[in-house]
Order: sequence, then structure tokens, then C-alpha cells
Amino acid sequence: MTKTIKEINQKIREGRAVVVTAAEIIEIAQRDGIKKAAEKVDVVTTGTFGPMCSSGAYFNIGHSKPRIKLGGGRVYLNDVPAYAAFAAADLFIGANALPDDDPRNRNHPGDFNYGGGHVIEDLVAGRDIRLVATAYGTDCYPRKKLETWINIKDLNNATLFNIRNAYQNYNVAVNLSDKTIYTYMGVLKPELGSAGYSSAGQLSPLFKDPYYKTIGIGTRIFLGGGVGYVAWPGTQYSPDVPRSENGTPRSGAATLCVIGDLQKMNPRYLVGTSMLGYGATLTVGIGVPIPILNEEILKYTAITDAEIFAAVIDYSGAYPNREPEILNEVSYAELRSGKIKVKGKSVPTASLSSYPRALEIASTLKKWIKKGQFLLTEPVEPLPGPESGIAFKPLNERPF
Amino acid sequence: MADKEKVTKKNISKRVVLHFPKRMVDEPILYRLIKDYDLQFNILKASITPEAEGLMVVELKGSRSNFDQGIQYLIDSGVKVQPLSHDVTRNENRCTSCGACITVCPAAAFYLEPGSLEVRFNDSKCVACGLCIKACPPRAMELHF
Repeated sequence: MTKTIKEINQKIREGRAVVVTAAEIIEIAQRDGIKKAAEKVDVVTTGTFGPMCSSGAYFNIGHSKPRIKLGGGRVYLNDVPAYAAFAAADLFIGANALPDDDPRNRNHPGDFNYGGGHVIEDLVAGRDIRLVATAYGTDCYPRKKLETWINIKDLNNATLFNIRNAYQNYNVAVNLSDKTIYTYMGVLKPELGSAGYSSAGQLSPLFKDPYYKTIGIGTRIFLGGGVGYVAWPGTQYSPDVPRSENGTPRSGAATLCVIGDLQKMNPRYLVGTSMLGYGATLTVGIGVPIPILNEEILKYTAITDAEIFAAVIDYSGAYPNREPEILNEVSYAELRSGKIKVKGKSVPTASLSSYPRALEIASTLKKWIKKGQFLLTEPVEPLPGPESGIAFKPLNERPF
Repeated sequence: MADKEKVTKKNISKRVVLHFPKRMVDEPILYRLIKDYDLQFNILKASITPEAEGLMVVELKGSRSNFDQGIQYLIDSGVKVQPLSHDVTRNENRCTSCGACITVCPAAAFYLEPGSLEVRFNDSKCVACGLCIKACPPRAMELHF
């Protein structure tokens, strides 16, 4: 049995496509078997909603009168520095940017109440943002100062551009030390007092297409409540890692660089986030549709949390010191049960990634496709698989 | 705001905030509450400020009459007594059901609803310690006095 994306899109246009979420396909496959499920189902929608630090957005604010050249100057959005290194009216803001006077961790653990991620949420929510800019002035761009409210609806362009999102698996963080630590995996209690993890597991896009047979450059996705596209492999893209027999990696592997029109997105799926003692960031909602082109692809979409594993790592010692030690491997089913076993101890678990909201995203994408509002795309270029030998490298420090 | 009060048969259980002025910090007030008024107590929070004022949040359990008399004893001794009202609330618009709060809370007031895996906040278990306020990534938890 094989189908093509072209055929599936035709069914979508005619309102005949059979679309289910990654949660529903598990039951269907268990009940009807892989073969029947692959014949019946056309698209499986996946979803994820978690903090994704390597996120940001770029805008064109339009020219002032007289003109000002932002590029090479200094620009702040709600006191958060934006990157002004492009042309006159183009700016970039990253999720982890912080106001100059934010105390950071000087009084540890810092609060990180407001940063780039919060600016992005405020912008998408339609709130006015204070823009303060200073420039060096040129003959053609004589103005040296600009202070104005801006609003997303007035911008020429507002594009979400996230250089690393949707991590295919991640670590489980624990704390072996005798003091509470504050990390990007949350507050970790001492002596294996708690464990943090972050993945949508059996709903997660890249877990459901573990060898990137359908997801590639140009794949149309749900992004931040609107439509986006996979633009490139994300940073730290690392497909060549140990995998289970079902194809899922046992540690962080592939990542996606995604892009989309911020003006059409929704603050429910782009949430400014403060990680105590760590920093400010953006929680991003992504959903990827998987076309069921053959039985093999269906088989991957039916993988369950019990069959996906993650590595438990000590974030008080091994992680900061870049040591490779893994304490244990646990399944996502065990993580979601609320307790895992590490070094003979029962450790309570907490997620950073919202399973209910990931399911909401997968369900929303399912609705869009069923209504004929969302067609699937053929990737213009595949993402490199494990056979490419690509695995991300550490920094080889060369002091000068 | 309604007081956190539970009534079972003749016994009542109530959470109160006690402010001890400086001169009373080393007097055995709680010992008297147990001995003379037969009240069970559970200390939820205790601190002494630099000005040597004492603050205690306790849950007191006993018969209605013992409870009322015990509270009157405290007031007569110069302790300021306030009910602990619902101090910590969740802004449902901001909560994303991530679950980061579950292991932070010392009173196990957060839990995952089986099935939906949504994060529920049981505010009757909340002891208003405030740890969740800053640990919540979308900052959905709010502290009100």
C-alpha cells in the first residue's frame, strides 16, 4: 500500500481525508493492526508545546521621518535589547534577551521576569511595545534618536524565525548535589529530590517520524497558532545517535529551524516564559502533519510513550562539566507516571512540556486539515538521516 | 474571602496567622494552647523577623468551644490573630498545564489529572509558602495578602 502526498491533498480538498492525532492513531493501530490502519488513515497530526530557547523574531518597522538607520545602532523593545545589525528598519529579537538592568543571578536565583520571549508574546497579543533607538547618523539617514510605540499590526513584516525548535528527545535532569539547583529543566531538588523532563513524547513530531521520512525542508506546519514551515535543520541537529529498535533516538537528536508569519499567530501558543535562576525564554507550540505514505510510516506514528526512552543526567555535576555519564534510561511512560527509579531511589518527576496543550495543537491541526484549510507539502529537500554521520560536536577550545 | 475551615462532627479545623509582638517571642504560647485548651496544632510556617517579631501560620484543630476560647486566650495575651484566607491563586489564562509546579510544591497541592494530564491545583492543600510563584514558567501563580 502506498499513497502520495498529491493523492492525500486531493482527498483533503474534497473533504474525504481521514485525519487522526498521534494519540488516536495509537488506539487505531492497536485495534485494527498496522496494515489496516495504514490503508484507512491518510494523515497523523503531531504536536508539542514546550520552552524552546533558540527562538526569535525579525521585523521591519517602517521608516521614520526623517529616516533613521537602526543597523549598527542600539535598539530596545520594552527595555529588552534587540539585535540591530541589518538595514535601516530591520530588527531581530531573541527569546533569551534580557533588559540591561535585569539583575540576572546576582541575587541567586534570579527571577528573569521579562525578556525577549515576553516581548514576542506581547507583540503577538497585539499589545503596544515601546521602541527606543539610538543611531550614529548618516547623510541619508540623519536621525540619531527614535522613541515610539509600535504594534504588530502596523509593522511591514513580523516573522517568527526559530533556529532550534522541536527537539527530537531530550535529557531527564536530576540533582545529585546537596543543594537545590535552578536549571532550564526547572527547579531540581537535592539528592535526587526531583527530576525534570521536556518532551511531548508519543505526540511529538520528530518521535513520530524518527528517520525524517516525511518531514523535511519546506514541510508546512502549525506554528505558534498560525502556519509555518520547516526552513532548515535546526542548530545542534544530530541524527547519528544511539536509537531503539523502533527507530526513536535514546537522547537528543534532530531539531528543526522553523519560520512563519507572526502577524497571524496566537499568544496561546507563544508564551513568554521565566525559568527561575536560568533566564527568560519562549514556550512555542508546533504541530507537524505526517502523511501516511506506507505501512512503515504508519508503524512509526503508532509508537507509545512506553517505547520511547530518555537519558537521566545529573545537572549538578555531569551536565555543567560536560561529562558523558548517564545515570539511567527511563521511558516517557515512566516519566508521566510521576515517579522514576534512579540509583535505587524513587524520584518524583515534573514536565516542562505541556502534554494537554500538545494534544490541543495536534487536534487543531487535524481540524484545519479536515476542513480543507491546510494542505500538506512535499519537502523540497530531505533532512539528513543517521547515515549522514552528522552528530553535534563540542567546542574545541583554542585559547589565544 | 472565606476562611479555610473544616467542620467534622463537633471538631473544627482552622488555619490562622499569628503575629507575636517582640516581648512575647519567648513565651510558651502554643504549649498553653495544647495543655489548657486541648487543641491539636500543625505548624505550617514559623519565622522571627529582625525586629524579633514572631510570625506563625498554624492549623488548629479541636472542639468549637475550645477553639474559640483558645483564640480568645491568644488575643488576650497580645497575639494578633488573622484567618489564613486563600492566598495563592492560579491565573487559568496563563497556566499551560506544563507540570513544573508538581515537584516544587512541598504540600503536594498540584497533581496531574489522570487521563487528560491537565495540572490541577488543590488550594485546600496549599500552605501559601509561595515557592510555586517564581517556579511557574508562564508565571500563572499569584500571591495575594
